[in-house]
Amino acid sequence: MKAPSFEYAKAESVDEALELLGRFGDDAKVIAGGQSLVPALNMRLAGPSALIDIGAIGELRGIKLDGAVMRIGALTRHCEIMASGEIARHVPLLAKAVPNIAHEAIRNRGTIGGSLANADPAAEWPACSLALGAVMEIAGQNGRRKVSAADFFQGYYTTAIEPDEILIAIEFPVISADYRSAFMELSRRKGDYAMVGLAAHARVSGGVFNDVRLSFFNVADRPVLAVSAAAVLEGKEMSVQAVEQAQQALGDDLDPLGDLYCSPEYKIRLARVLTGRVLSQLAAG
Amino acid sequence: MSDRPGISVLDRPNSYIGRTVERPNARRLVQGRGAFVDDMKLPRMVHLAFCRSPYAHAEVVSIDKAEAEALPGVIRVVTMEDLKDIMTPWVGVLDHLKGIKSAEQWPLANGKVHWQGEPVAAVVATSRAIAEDAADLVMVEYNELPPVTDMMTALDPETPVIHKELGDNLCFERNVDEGDVDKAFAEAAFVAEETMRFNRHTGVTMEPRAIICDYNPADEVLTLHMAVQCPHMSKNLYAKHLGLDENKVRVICKDVGGSFGIKIHTYSDEMAAGAITVLLGRPVKFVADRLESFVTDIHARDHVVKARMAFNAEGEITALDMDDVTGIGPYSVYPRTSGIEANQVVNLTGGPYKHRNYRCRARVVFLNKNVMCQYRGVGHPIAVAIAEHLIDRGAVALGLDPVEIRHRNFIPDDAYPYTAPSGAIYERQSHHQCLDKLVEMMDYKGLRAEQAALREKGIYRGIGFVSLVEVTNPSPAFYGVGGARIASQDGCTIRLDPTGGITCITGVTEQGQGTETIVAQIAASAVGVSMDNVRVITGDTDVVPYGGGTWASRGAGIGGEAALQAGKELRKNILKVAATILQSDPEALDIRDGAIIDADTGTERMPLSELGRIAYFRGDTLPHDVQPELVVTRHFVSRGFPFVFTNAAHACHVEVDIETGMVKLLKYWVVEDCGTVINPLLVEEQTRGGVVQGLGPALFEECLYSDEGQLQNGSMADYLVPMAAEMPDIVVGHVETPTATSELGAKGVGEAGTAGAPGAVMNAINDALGSFNVSLADMPFTPEKVLRALGKV
Ligand SMILES: Cc1cc2nc3c(=O)[nH]c(=O)nc-3n(C[C@H](O)[C@H](O)[C@H](O)COP(=O)(O)OP(=O)(O)OC[C@H]3O[C@@H](n4cnc5c(N)ncnc54)[C@H](O)[C@@H]3O)c2cc1C
Repeated sequence: MKAPSFEYAKAESVDEALELLGRFGDDAKVIAGGQSLVPALNMRLAGPSALIDIGAIGELRGIKLDGAVMRIGALTRHCEIMASGEIARHVPLLAKAVPNIAHEAIRNRGTIGGSLANADPAAEWPACSLALGAVMEIAGQNGRRKVSAADFFQGYYTTAIEPDEILIAIEFPVISADYRSAFMELSRRKGDYAMVGLAAHARVSGGVFNDVRLSFFNVADRPVLAVSAAAVLEGKEMSVQAVEQAQQALGDDLDPLGDLYCSPEYKIRLARVLTGRVLSQLAAG
Repeated sequence: MSDRPGISVLDRPNSYIGRTVERPNARRLVQGRGAFVDDMKLPRMVHLAFCRSPYAHAEVVSIDKAEAEALPGVIRVVTMEDLKDIMTPWVGVLDHLKGIKSAEQWPLANGKVHWQGEPVAAVVATSRAIAEDAADLVMVEYNELPPVTDMMTALDPETPVIHKELGDNLCFERNVDEGDVDKAFAEAAFVAEETMRFNRHTGVTMEPRAIICDYNPADEVLTLHMAVQCPHMSKNLYAKHLGLDENKVRVICKDVGGSFGIKIHTYSDEMAAGAITVLLGRPVKFVADRLESFVTDIHARDHVVKARMAFNAEGEITALDMDDVTGIGPYSVYPRTSGIEANQVVNLTGGPYKHRNYRCRARVVFLNKNVMCQYRGVGHPIAVAIAEHLIDRGAVALGLDPVEIRHRNFIPDDAYPYTAPSGAIYERQSHHQCLDKLVEMMDYKGLRAEQAALREKGIYRGIGFVSLVEVTNPSPAFYGVGGARIASQDGCTIRLDPTGGITCITGVTEQGQGTETIVAQIAASAVGVSMDNVRVITGDTDVVPYGGGTWASRGAGIGGEAALQAGKELRKNILKVAATILQSDPEALDIRDGAIIDADTGTERMPLSELGRIAYFRGDTLPHDVQPELVVTRHFVSRGFPFVFTNAAHACHVEVDIETGMVKLLKYWVVEDCGTVINPLLVEEQTRGGVVQGLGPALFEECLYSDEGQLQNGSMADYLVPMAAEMPDIVVGHVETPTATSELGAKGVGEAGTAGAPGAVMNAINDALGSFNVSLADMPFTPEKVLRALGKV
């Protein structure tokens, strides 16, 4: 388990990082917290010709509230999100999700940008981004562009980021009045990637659900919004029947693949259980 | 000072026996100042990486090493052709396992590969990283053969035979048929029957296997720095297969980061390292990385057992009948064999109980998977789970409480020594007492009331019990009689140093379990010095008495007794010298806290440092006929019984989420009887660690193989080891029934936790789900399996 050899370069600015990426070509990779990339290198699952270290780029760090938008720099670590009162207040879904990400040692180094760029279908941040309709800011040689979460995730470990681009920041809408978030995942051991997880966001006013966003993870090659289940719930009050109908509708939304420990049928079953539990949480507030 | 009731030599005034004391080596380890193999650097040392078979079964057509050898930093790519003249192959059989067979095994593929991960070529390079780069460049052409991966069909005539020369895929078979089993089943009031599966899993030591082999062609001495449980066994094997004089092989084992039975076997890659240092005449280092550990460290268990138990109307077991199949790897592992586990299942199933009708067939079959061999608890978890599952089924059917049915079936307290129908002989067990104490410790009544109340609210909690026997302190009956040069005796040398401290040099080894502490406690107590003045040396075959090391829970019981006897003898020798100097009688003197005292009054007469000064530097002042002998060696081998059995009772409390199938461990209790408790904390740590290593495979750990023989979860990301967050509090209580086979009276305790936990958690889950009429007996109990049993998937 020794990484194959590679070039290493440390960038001081976004421009320098982009310039280095251009120079080293498609085989180069950006390294942020290294919590996914370094194991992949050591297991020889990745063999980049060069690593561009973006760790020193100040612009990529930090959590900033800007009107109705919470802007989180790509290099912001999981532990910083966990410690942020602003996040807990304004984007509570992230605060609820973050304790489920790995273990303390990994949260101390791993970054939100790294997680989104890595696009593990079992990861928490991609599902949260999709649930909240976050927007990713990406920089390339030709300037910066914004991509919605719905367009950003393109498959297993595949995103809209081109090889010569880097993710700069993620913008989350702050939570509006009457909206609630809930998060739940089922994993064999604490800190493991979930067997199935659900990040949910909805307007719950007078006990009635509207604009329900149920973002499931580890059920497909990317996070999935359960639109049929959401449609069933639109305008309904919490009730046993409403929950059952939503659980039923999941059959149209999800077509999970099995993995080492869970069959597709079991994943659907867990998705339905999570739906019931998460809707109860949303209704309870 | 000890406040335990007086038992002979153990109850001396400044005895450490029965006390929790600080581990002398803890400070070194927590400060990162341990000395592990991987920390060592020798001059001219080179590194090994292996090119391993990607296939479970294939012919090796050709090996092209040109590109790999051209890489800068690569010294040589070694294949079997290079080693054939240097060494001999080995075969993992023992004489006393009748009929056991296996094929010749070489360190590198000899024309064929038999499991995914088998070493094919060894790359020698100036760094491990370069060696790994080059291993990727070794071009091996394979011709795939059909793999044998299903133990249930391995013996079918249609199934290919892995080693043609063996004729079939059967490694070993043992049958026992005692009493009249058929009659008992015909007359039974109830028969419990189940097919149980015990998953393949592995040890996952924190420190992987590691070895530095250093052959000096000038004096023909081979020095092996290795992380190992049995240094003398390794010394013998390397000498034997490399054709070296055994006196010229030295094994040095310093700190070891966990073993659990992993570091007790002959591994191809380590033997290759030994041959390559001879080939090159320079030190060769091999440290297994985590990925290769998963496909080469021995795997454990992998049994399918069809078993049934007959009961009479009073809930007494009248017979046990079972058929056990074990799927091992393509070879029986050398030198302990892969037949011992099945043999243990035959010996131990139903061990605590008094039934006389017993039939068992055990078959061990070869598969194209990684090798399987002895791992913590050897056979016990299987033996315990089988009987304890069936007895619980009997309890449910006959309307008895699981505690009551066990009491009705235990071997009566006055029946010892007792010979079980399998032939196992128990000196003395305390099953009733342990179970009584357990029930009290856990507030059994309260838990049952809580269970009933919560069930009303849709919360499903369950309580599972097991009672068990455990093999410890083995005599030569384990391996020696089978022809293996694995010592069951052990020795300890204790020396009084001139400053009044003592140095203990022991044949048993430290793997992290606390051997050094135990030896220091015993030696300090026996001689009469403070533990601060004791130094313990282990692991160097040039220095320590010849001994067996760490296996079968023997370190404290065997090594401890040797230390006790050496210490007692040294005290005698010291008192002889003291009596001369003080013009007194040895009987009138004693040693306490490092000083010679008057035995009657406790008045200090002379510090040991003064005695040491005179004995070592001023012998001229002593009478001519007094020659101080201040070094003593004593050995001990367990006699009278083939094994010294311990016993224990466990209980596990779980909650099952019937929507997701997930099992939450709430609490765990153990009452164990390991005879004399030398150090309560170490006994409890061993028990807790052991329990965790039993809960792991019951709920999480499994080596998942595809039908093609590919290990599918061979990394720490996919193989689920038990982690602290999921583990319950484990409460440990003690009952002490010292063995009369030694003066110390200590039995072993290293494996009992692992032996009991899988059965206990299984019984707890089935208890929780009792109202659904399900029976879960297919480990590990993954959430999906639980939900499938409930018919919800
Ligand atoms: C034991 C363990 C358990 C874990 N459990 C979980 C878990 O439960 N849930 C979870 O979500 N994650 C988990 N992780 C992963 C962890 O969250 C990582 O921190 C995260 O996936 C990657 O972030 P990083 O900063 O470490 O990125 P790196 O490892 O540095 O990079 C990951 C990938 O993203 C690319 N990248 C990084 N930053 C950028 C950027 N700004 N622009 C473009 N590309 C970029 C890299 O080139 C690389 O391909 C676990 C990791 C470990 C080791």
